[in-house]
Amino acid sequence: MSELQTEIETKAKTSPGRLARAWDSDLAYSFRNNPVAMVSAFVVSLLILAAIFAPLIAPHDPFNPATLNLMNGFTPPGQANQFTQEYFLLGTDDQGRDVFSTILYGMRISLFVGFAAVMLALVIGVLLGLLAGYLGGWVETIIMRIADIQLTFPAILVAMLIFGIAKGITPPEYRDQMAIWVLILAIGLSDWVQFARVVRGATLVEKNREYVQAARLIGRSPFSIMVRHILPNVLNPVLVIATISLALAIIAEATLSFLGVGAPPTKPSLGTLIRIGQEFMFSGEWWILFFPAVTLLALALSINLLGDWLRDALNPKLR
Amino acid sequence: MSAIVKVEDLTRIFDVSKPWLNRVIERSPRALLTAVSEVSFEIEENSVYALVGESGSGKSTIGKIMVGLVPPSRGRVEVDGVDLATETDRAKVDAVRADIQMIFQDPYASLNPRWTVRDIINEPVSIKGGDTKGLAERLLEQVGLSAVDAGKYPHEFSGGQRQRICIARALAAGPRIIVCDEPTSALDVSVQSQVLNLMSDLREELGLTYLFISHDLTVVHHMADKIGVLYLGGLVEEAPRDRLFDAPKHPYTQMLFDAAPRMDAFGREVDPPKGEIPDAINPPPGCPFHPRCPIAVDRCREERPRLRPIGETRVACHLAE
Amino acid sequence: MTTPVLSVRDLVVEIPTRRGVLRPVDQVSYDIHAGEILGVVGESGAGKSMTGNAVIGLLDRPARIVSGEVLLSGEPVHALKGERLRKLRGKKMGMIFQDPLTSLNPLLTIGEQLTETILEHLDVTQSEARERAIAALDEVGIPAARQRIGSYPHEFSGGMRQRVVIALALCAEPDLVIADEPTTALDVSVQAQIVALLKRLCREKGVAVMLVTHDMGVIAEAADRVAVMYAGRLAELGPVREVITNARHPYTAGLMASTPVASQGHRRLRQIPGAMPRLDNLPSGCAFHPRCDRAEPRCREEPGPSLEACDGRAACWFPLTEKTEVSA
Repeated sequence: MSELQTEIETKAKTSPGRLARAWDSDLAYSFRNNPVAMVSAFVVSLLILAAIFAPLIAPHDPFNPATLNLMNGFTPPGQANQFTQEYFLLGTDDQGRDVFSTILYGMRISLFVGFAAVMLALVIGVLLGLLAGYLGGWVETIIMRIADIQLTFPAILVAMLIFGIAKGITPPEYRDQMAIWVLILAIGLSDWVQFARVVRGATLVEKNREYVQAARLIGRSPFSIMVRHILPNVLNPVLVIATISLALAIIAEATLSFLGVGAPPTKPSLGTLIRIGQEFMFSGEWWILFFPAVTLLALALSINLLGDWLRDALNPKLR
Repeated sequence: MSAIVKVEDLTRIFDVSKPWLNRVIERSPRALLTAVSEVSFEIEENSVYALVGESGSGKSTIGKIMVGLVPPSRGRVEVDGVDLATETDRAKVDAVRADIQMIFQDPYASLNPRWTVRDIINEPVSIKGGDTKGLAERLLEQVGLSAVDAGKYPHEFSGGQRQRICIARALAAGPRIIVCDEPTSALDVSVQSQVLNLMSDLREELGLTYLFISHDLTVVHHMADKIGVLYLGGLVEEAPRDRLFDAPKHPYTQMLFDAAPRMDAFGREVDPPKGEIPDAINPPPGCPFHPRCPIAVDRCREERPRLRPIGETRVACHLAE
Repeated sequence: MTTPVLSVRDLVVEIPTRRGVLRPVDQVSYDIHAGEILGVVGESGAGKSMTGNAVIGLLDRPARIVSGEVLLSGEPVHALKGERLRKLRGKKMGMIFQDPLTSLNPLLTIGEQLTETILEHLDVTQSEARERAIAALDEVGIPAARQRIGSYPHEFSGGMRQRVVIALALCAEPDLVIADEPTTALDVSVQAQIVALLKRLCREKGVAVMLVTHDMGVIAEAADRVAVMYAGRLAELGPVREVITNARHPYTAGLMASTPVASQGHRRLRQIPGAMPRLDNLPSGCAFHPRCDRAEPRCREEPGPSLEACDGRAACWFPLTEKTEVSA
């Protein structure tokens, strides 16, 4: 069976264009035959596009005090305001800000923090994982013990610790500006361990394969072997983890912001919006909480489902 | 003809102990595996020297020491009078490294799946900053593939074609010696014959010298000029091909010949060899082969035989004559 | 003539893929009688392992039998499923795999694995099963079987492990044993021991053995008859001496000639050009014609004939007839 499978997988492809090849690849095929993956990809791209083009789409600028009218406060969704007769698709919050617009702008912050944090974690984790796996010995021992120690703390606690330290050393007037970067640093640093572990494991497998020995024989330096030979071959699992980490990072950001240690109310992320909204939860103004929460749910869930599909699709054993 | 490779007293010991904490708790001693034990031989220029042996005989380790992938514990390998492990002159080391290349057993694992065939073949030259224009295309045609294959990826080729690509990569640096570690044992018979023929042709065209490592006696008989038989890390017999196959002197060589399946032996009833290869961590005292040897005497259990010449043959057996 | 233990009739196995339906086994027919070893030989991708898996009902999805019959002592078994198939496997059919380490459960002692299999298929008590297990280990040549029955698989060497696997395949006294590359992972000296063991057990117990391997030497020494497969079809079928010394199908002849024979010396090997076609890219007509030096227009246009067309020996339009040298 197995020899046949490899034969099917390694089948000769007459190679037309790169795009046509990509469309014909096994990955694209599995995508086209997986409705869950297609719906998730649609939702994710819709939300990302909405966040990127927020200034063009949003009917109001929720952060410009000049355009805000306190009389618009607490307008329910889909109804005209009783004083100003203005209309808001998803209603307004206590300060009269359009909830739809705040969600669009909030997603920008959430997605930016999520992407940046994952990139940071990925770079640190992949680098340390490669070093640990390829060099072994005391380098590996030190890196992996640090990883083990970090794993004994919940990620959110690590993030709060870093956030607290950063807050202590930055002057108060820069705090709101710094908040986003501190969030990225905090989430990124608490998330590198799983990248490092997976990359180390994959590197241990790859470094004993004969193409790596062939490269050593030729006289390539260890660093060059790691980057040019091993790295491209350990990227599949990294891609899967990065996707799932993105959803986790967005939720971590929301959690930190909800706890009040994240994005400031002047530059609210989805988490900040949820924190603001929950104050009005029981006084009847449900929409201020509900719509940001549903957006966060949709975003995190679709990214996660996409990650699950990617993991199965890239796993040769499940094909 | 002169010897291009001299292997002297080569020994490699691997530490296969458990981590020290386990050793302390379990009170187990250090476990040392002698993979290669005091092996000496010479390879003449433009000849094929074959190392045969079963698993654990140390044949692959000798190949890896020779190309510099594994350092020796004791002894030396001299290529053109340069010892790779101790030579400090960078230029000499580089020259020898370019002279000696390797072909691996598994053509599926020995090509980086993310690289194009052109990049793979050019690598030995491009890493030194050399001119690679048209190199891959020329080498591909030399090994019987087509120049247009250079832009493809390894997965587009069959096992035999991949092994040709490996040969092309080995040739790129312009070597004089190629270490072939079981180059055809992952291939089908009809493809194996293509690769063996190609290797013979290249040897004649380019004046190459091969160290041919294999467990397959028929392949070794076909390819080799001189053969060394390894058992448990040590050379037990070495002889020119015809001498070895016509008159094997060591009982282990004899046993290997009898055990190998033969195409002309229909329904042959052999008395299969006794026992199995012993554990290399705790090898038997005296001659390592004595527990399986049909003619062993008391001396074999106590004294390890040294290689001694009998005619053209060198054999490590007290009783051989 | 007695009913053969295994009778395969026009077996076709297909794998539907997104690029079309592959046929790893195509119109294969053969019999194996009690006490006979049939060697099934071919290169990788020829469909030899798939044939064995189809017979024993171990096809991995989505591969499936689409037509043809598998008769075990005259009873059709190819349509059995679930519990009845499981009962039959082990009781009537045993399987020996290439890698002895993965075919034993590392967490159970070999004694537990043997008695479990015996209790499953034979009507005996626990202590009888244990005695039978010891006898089975003794039979395959494991020294001090009574002491070693409590050992775990990792405590045995590779050759001893393969002996345990053989004991496991034979302990329920099956009529048919399928051995899929049983010696490929072993050293030459151990391989000779296992081949001798298989031959002895086959003779003494009257078991029918299907020996799947790529090694012509093993086939020559062990098999009574040999089936040569190419691209899913039987290329040649006949008594082993006949097939090896007097091959009729050009593929078999080429295979023999390209094997380096020890007596042949330094001459160039004869080689078959090219490689076996992939199943998703089979040439028209006879699958071997692009590599065949005897190919004529008919071979490109018509699929190769069935075995019966050439006295049941070779599936070829223009089979070799004169005596050809093995080492030609």
